[in-house]
Amino acid sequence: MESTNAAPDSARVEQLKAQIARTENELRELRAQLHELESSSSSSSTTQENHQSHHHAVETPVNPAPPQWKWPLKEEEYIRYGRQLILPTVGIEGQLRLKSAAVLLVGAGGLGCPAAAYLAGAGVGTLGVADGDTVEVSNLHRQIAHSTARVGACKVDSLVAYCRALNPGVTYVAHGEHLTPRNAAAIVARYDLVLDCTDHPTSRYLVSDVCVLLRKPLVSASALRTDGQLIVLNSPPAPQGSPAGRPCYRCIFPKPPPAASVVSCGEGGILGPVVGVMGVLQALEAIKLIAAGVGSCGDGSTTVKESSSTPSLLLFSATSATPFRSIRMRGRRPKCFACSADSTLTLEELKSGSLDYVQFCGVNTPVNVLRPEERISATHYNTILAERPGKQSVLLDVREKEHFDIASIPGAINVPFSTFQARNKATANGEEPRPEWLPENMSDDAAIYVVCRVGNDSQLVTQKLKEMGLDKNGTRFIGDIQGGMRAWKKEIDQTMPFT
Amino acid sequence: MASIDTTPRKAADDSDIPNISIQVEFSGGLEMLFSSQRRHSLSLPATEQGTPITIASLINHLCNHTMKDTRKELFILDDHLRPGILVLINDADWELEGEEAYELQNGDNILFVSTLHGG
Repeated sequence: MESTNAAPDSARVEQLKAQIARTENELRELRAQLHELESSSSSSSTTQENHQSHHHAVETPVNPAPPQWKWPLKEEEYIRYGRQLILPTVGIEGQLRLKSAAVLLVGAGGLGCPAAAYLAGAGVGTLGVADGDTVEVSNLHRQIAHSTARVGACKVDSLVAYCRALNPGVTYVAHGEHLTPRNAAAIVARYDLVLDCTDHPTSRYLVSDVCVLLRKPLVSASALRTDGQLIVLNSPPAPQGSPAGRPCYRCIFPKPPPAASVVSCGEGGILGPVVGVMGVLQALEAIKLIAAGVGSCGDGSTTVKESSSTPSLLLFSATSATPFRSIRMRGRRPKCFACSADSTLTLEELKSGSLDYVQFCGVNTPVNVLRPEERISATHYNTILAERPGKQSVLLDVREKEHFDIASIPGAINVPFSTFQARNKATANGEEPRPEWLPENMSDDAAIYVVCRVGNDSQLVTQKLKEMGLDKNGTRFIGDIQGGMRAWKKEIDQTMPFT
Repeated sequence: MASIDTTPRKAADDSDIPNISIQVEFSGGLEMLFSSQRRHSLSLPATEQGTPITIASLINHLCNHTMKDTRKELFILDDHLRPGILVLINDADWELEGEEAYELQNGDNILFVSTLHGG
C-alpha cells in the first residue's frame, strides 16, 4: 500500500516545488517591474503592453523577458481570432473595433445564448447581459449556454460563466434584472450596440424606444414554433426626426398586436435550432455592424458608417421550400411615436415611468364566461366517475392533438379547440348536424364534460356546445373542468406529464 | 386609409371580366386560420365595379371565402388588417406600395406574416 502511494506522492512533491519556484520567479519579476516604475522618473508614458521591458531582464538571467511587443492585439489574440482576422469583412481594423465595442444583450434565453456565444468568441471588448429569469429544465433544449447543473441559477450568471469559459479575454457585465422603463437608460447607455433577445412585445417596444433616445443601433430577432424573424433597426441611429436615420421598431409595428394574438414559446412551442439560427444571425449582424464602424464617439452616442442598403426584414421558415426570404421594408415613419420630428418621447419621460408598456400592449385576461354551476373541479369530476362508473357521459379534451397524444385522462375524446372554430355546414332545415364525436346512441341526459390545458378554451367550447343546442334545453349537463389538465395533475394524477 | 368591407358579395355575375392569378402565402402562424395551408393560388376578377381589384378586396375575399376559421378578429380588426400582421407584395412591405389601395397585378405574390415575439 505505502509503496504504491510513494510514487504519486513524490511526483506531487516535485510538481509543487516546481510550481513554487515558478511563482517565486514571477513574484521577483513583478517586484522588479514595480521597483522600476517607482524609481524611474523619465519614462512617463509606460503602457501596460510595455511592462515587460528589457531593464529587469538582467536580474533574471534564467528567464529572459520576451522582446518588446509592438502589435495592437495581444499575442494570444492573433492566434485566437486568426481565422476571422484574415477575412475582408473583419481584418485587423475590424478586430480592433470589436475589441473596443460594448454590446448589450437583452435576454439570456433562446436567442441570447447563441448570440452571446458567438459575440464572446469573436472578441467583443465588453459583453453585457440583462435578464431577471432563472434557468429552468424546459429551457435547456434551446438555451444552449445554460446547463443541467445550473438549473435554478440566474440566467445572466449562467450565460456569463459559459462565455467566460469560451473566451476569458472579454469583459462581462451581468445585469440580473429585466429591463424596465426606469433602469433601461442607465443600462443601455453603457453600450454601443443592443441585441433584442426578449420574448414579449412590451420589452420589444421598450428596448426600441430606449435605443432611439440613446441613439444605439438595435439588432432585433424573434422566433416561434418553426419560424423566425430578424431586422436591424435604428441603424444608423440618427436623432429623432432626422431623415438620415433608419426605422425603429415602432416604424415597422406602430400598433401592438392584440394581447390575445400573442403566443409565447411556452404556449406555441419552439424548435431549438430555429431560435438558435435567429440568435446566431443576430450575432452575425452585430459583428458586421461593429467591424464596419460602430464605435463610441466619446459623447456616449454611436456612429455607423452610412449604408446605402434599404432596411430589410429576414423571414426564416424552417418547413418552407424557401426557408430564407428577405423583405424590403419602409424607412422611418414620418409620424412615428418614438423617432419622428413630432415625437415627444424623452429620456426623462421614460425614466419617470409614465409610459406603461404593459398597458400599451394589453393584458391577456383569463377567460371567465361560465357561471360557477357550469364548472366542476378536477376532484369533483373524478368523484363522479368513481361513484357512477356505468353512467354514460363524454369527456371532451379540446387541446391540440400534440398535447393530447402526450398524455390524457382515460376515455377522453380529442376534438381540438381549433376545429370548433371552423365554419359549420348548414343543413337544409337550418339545424346544425350532430357532431361526429358525439356517440349516436347517447341519451339526452348524458353529461358532456370539457377539459383543456388550463381552463380557458374549455369554457369557450362549453359555451359553443350550448349554442349548438347540445344541452337539450337543460336536460343535459354541459360544463368544463376548472383549471384543465394542470388542475387534474395537481389534484388527481401527479404522474401526468403536463406540457 | 380606406377600410375593408367584409360583407360577402356575389362574385358570379362578372363572368365577362378577365381573371388574374395571384399567389397568396401565410406564415408566422397565420396559416392556421387558412386550413393550415401556407400557399393558396387564387383566381380573381381583375376589376371590381369597373375599378382594378385592390389588396383591400383581396383581404375581404380571403376573409369570406378562403378562411375556414370563424375567428375573423385574428385577421381583421376594426375594418383593417389586425395590428401585428405584415403584408408583403412581391417581397416588399406593402407600405412601399400603397397599402390597401395597391392594385393587384397578374402573377403577384402576396405574403401575410404574423409578427413573432418569442425568443
